[in-house]
Amino acid sequence: MSNVGKIRQEEQVTAEKRELLTFRLGEEEYGIDILKVQEIRRYESVTRIANAPDFVKGVINMRGTIVPILDLRIKFRFADVTYDDFTVVVILNVDERVIGIVVDAVSDVIALAPEDVRDAPEFGAQLDTDYLEGLASMDERMLIIVDIEALVRAPELGLIDAESAA
Amino acid sequence: MTIDISQFVQAFLDESFEGLDLMEVELLREQALDSEQVNAIFRAAHSIKGSAGTFGFAAVSEFTHGAETLLDEVRDGKREMTAEIRGLMLEAVDRIREMLLAARAGGAHHAAGGPATAARIETMLASAHGCPDDKSQPAQRTAVATEPAAPIPTDASTDAPDTRPWEIVFVPEPALLRSGNDPMRIFSWLGELGDLTVECVTRTLPPLGALAPEDCQLQWRLALPGTVDEAAIREAFEWVEDQCSLTLGRVGDAAAAQPDEVPATAPAHTPAPQSAGTAERPVGSNGAPVERRADAASIRVATEKVDTLVNMVGELVITQAMINTIGHSADELDARAVDHLRQGLALLERNTRELQEAVLSVRMLPINFVFSRFPRVVRDLSTQLGKRVNLKIIGEDTELDKGLIEKLVDPLTHLVRNAIDHGIESPERRRAAGKPETGTLVLRAGHEGGNILIEITDDGAGLNRERILEKARSQGMPVPEQPSDRDIWQLIFAPGFSTAETVTDVSGRGVGMDVVRRNIEAVNGRLDIDSKPGEGTRLTVRLPLTLAILDGMSVRVGEEVYILPLTAILESLKPTPDQLHSVSGRGRVVRLRGDYIPLVPLHHVFNVPATYERPEDGIVVVVESSEDRAALFVDELIAQHQVVIKSLETNYRKVPGVSGATIMGDGRVAMILDVDSLTRLQDTVH
Repeated sequence: MSNVGKIRQEEQVTAEKRELLTFRLGEEEYGIDILKVQEIRRYESVTRIANAPDFVKGVINMRGTIVPILDLRIKFRFADVTYDDFTVVVILNVDERVIGIVVDAVSDVIALAPEDVRDAPEFGAQLDTDYLEGLASMDERMLIIVDIEALVRAPELGLIDAESAA
Repeated sequence: MTIDISQFVQAFLDESFEGLDLMEVELLREQALDSEQVNAIFRAAHSIKGSAGTFGFAAVSEFTHGAETLLDEVRDGKREMTAEIRGLMLEAVDRIREMLLAARAGGAHHAAGGPATAARIETMLASAHGCPDDKSQPAQRTAVATEPAAPIPTDASTDAPDTRPWEIVFVPEPALLRSGNDPMRIFSWLGELGDLTVECVTRTLPPLGALAPEDCQLQWRLALPGTVDEAAIREAFEWVEDQCSLTLGRVGDAAAAQPDEVPATAPAHTPAPQSAGTAERPVGSNGAPVERRADAASIRVATEKVDTLVNMVGELVITQAMINTIGHSADELDARAVDHLRQGLALLERNTRELQEAVLSVRMLPINFVFSRFPRVVRDLSTQLGKRVNLKIIGEDTELDKGLIEKLVDPLTHLVRNAIDHGIESPERRRAAGKPETGTLVLRAGHEGGNILIEITDDGAGLNRERILEKARSQGMPVPEQPSDRDIWQLIFAPGFSTAETVTDVSGRGVGMDVVRRNIEAVNGRLDIDSKPGEGTRLTVRLPLTLAILDGMSVRVGEEVYILPLTAILESLKPTPDQLHSVSGRGRVVRLRGDYIPLVPLHHVFNVPATYERPEDGIVVVVESSEDRAALFVDELIAQHQVVIKSLETNYRKVPGVSGATIMGDGRVAMILDVDSLTRLQDTVH
């Protein structure tokens, strides 16, 4: 009986904590809500979309679904954009859309309690603060938590047609 | 042993709906029906009645019996297939369909109008009773042994029944047994009707050495009491009537011996009813397969498609075996084995790709699944409104996804009804306007610019600008000043709008076009109106190609592969330098047989690196857009494919110049070009 109680207690603790997938963009460490992550794939060649912005790498075929691949490193002007063996694509399911984002490497899955997250300062990351939920420290390193829904909906990303968004 | 018959009920329903569709198709023919067509209708009704009885749908069986009897009289030449009977039969088809639908939904299988229709059929049947030599008629309407149904009330006949005993000569064809028919069953059935005497005629039996045990070489002479109903006797032979020679008459009746009394007048090539119901797809007498209603929960796939699938799976198995053999033949793979393995894998890749395409095509149905209902709609409505309408259907083989087809039924039906109600004028008005009295309604389906296009064109009065405007103002709708035709047509789509002067049960309630448009937009389609006063109206439904299949040509530009819809391609050529001309400020043109066609270099429009910069090094594909022609300059043509169109907009957005994407055999994505918007894009580039 006591065992059951203990498990319940643990469940409650984890329910309060959020699990984040952390990944690296350049030298910075980012985290996104793991519930938005559908899968992680190796970066593979994409089919270009004509006249699309440069950070839209193109589309891939993911088991019959056409999924656009965005390289946030290009979008947020990271100096060093390379595609190597560690480059991966995180497939996200946001707003009933499936998109993939290119990241330098996926690091870890961590659980964060709300009190571990602090508000993001006005600047400090390459991402616009509008898309940031906050910052957290993790073993001396800083973790930038991204509000991926806000990012996907952002007009400057041009993912959604102006008319269909209206 | 008990058998759960519920598993067969679905099959019965499916077959019955098919039978009803077949009856409807035949009844809607414009020409007089020949005996074969009447037979086809009769058989369908007979099948439904019999099976309905078996499965316990007594009301259906009972109701159908009346219709069947009437059809039987037509078949036997006792009646003419008048327009009245046709109308009545169509009505009966509707009632039966309603009952079966109710039965499928699990409710009581009754139709609201059932008793009324049944009464009309009864009246029609009774109307022939003046004929003195029609003595068997009244008795014919008693329920027969197949039906657990309550007997239909018989009219008391004034004629004294003929009670002379029946004499039956039954001479089956040798092949009778092979079709699964057993004379013993027929006899035992007859035995239930009355005191049966059976005499076997063995004189036709060949000598033992020549006897084929699977052939039926015997003949029978049967006798039944005169009180037995003639229809019941004929019923017993129904399934074998085209496989035997049957003589039925009363003792002492000279005519009875005449072979022309034999009901086996059906042409020998018409399939026996049971085989039409199970093994084969019922075929209308024009050879066209009888289409099923689109609301069926299952799809019936053309045998051809299934055969293709079976063949492909066969090939796949062979390829797999081949690879397996290589894998097991040696511990170490030598160069030759590796070579074989590569070949095998290439084959496997091709097989898989073909199989994938074939499987996807199973979901595709011809739009005829929707169109096939319109002859009936048009007939009923034009009769009701006193108009004359000639319906033309074009492109009914255009395939679209089953899901899309189902969602199209209601909007299209509405548009067709509207066209007849509001569009086409009465014969008098048409004559006064100097038009032929019969209006024409054209339903056309096809592919255009990567869309599926369905057009509903009538040659009626066209939309009335003034009346629409006036109505819109009176209903307090915002009306633009100096409205264009387009603006006005848009008013029709406003909720609650109707210009019909009177509310009929056809239209005029104003729950029309806005709902239609919403339904079409719900499947990402678009509805456009084009109308000229006095000349008619054209409604165009454009549907996206989600899941639709497109015939395309793959072309290469640098590293990229694009798909061009085959329908857009006129020709392709390697231009010579003297065919190319510069037009100042407007880019270049290709001269082709005296015409100058603007050159659209795809790598410019899409801003991608190309292998060739000069058109004379690559290939020029002349394409036709809705406005004009254009010469697309690409590096090379690769191959022709059938591609499944995937939407880019599901996860991304609309891309100019591209109508969608597809997945190529190698798993990569290729963009499908939209010729219309490509040519527009070209204008903005220059």
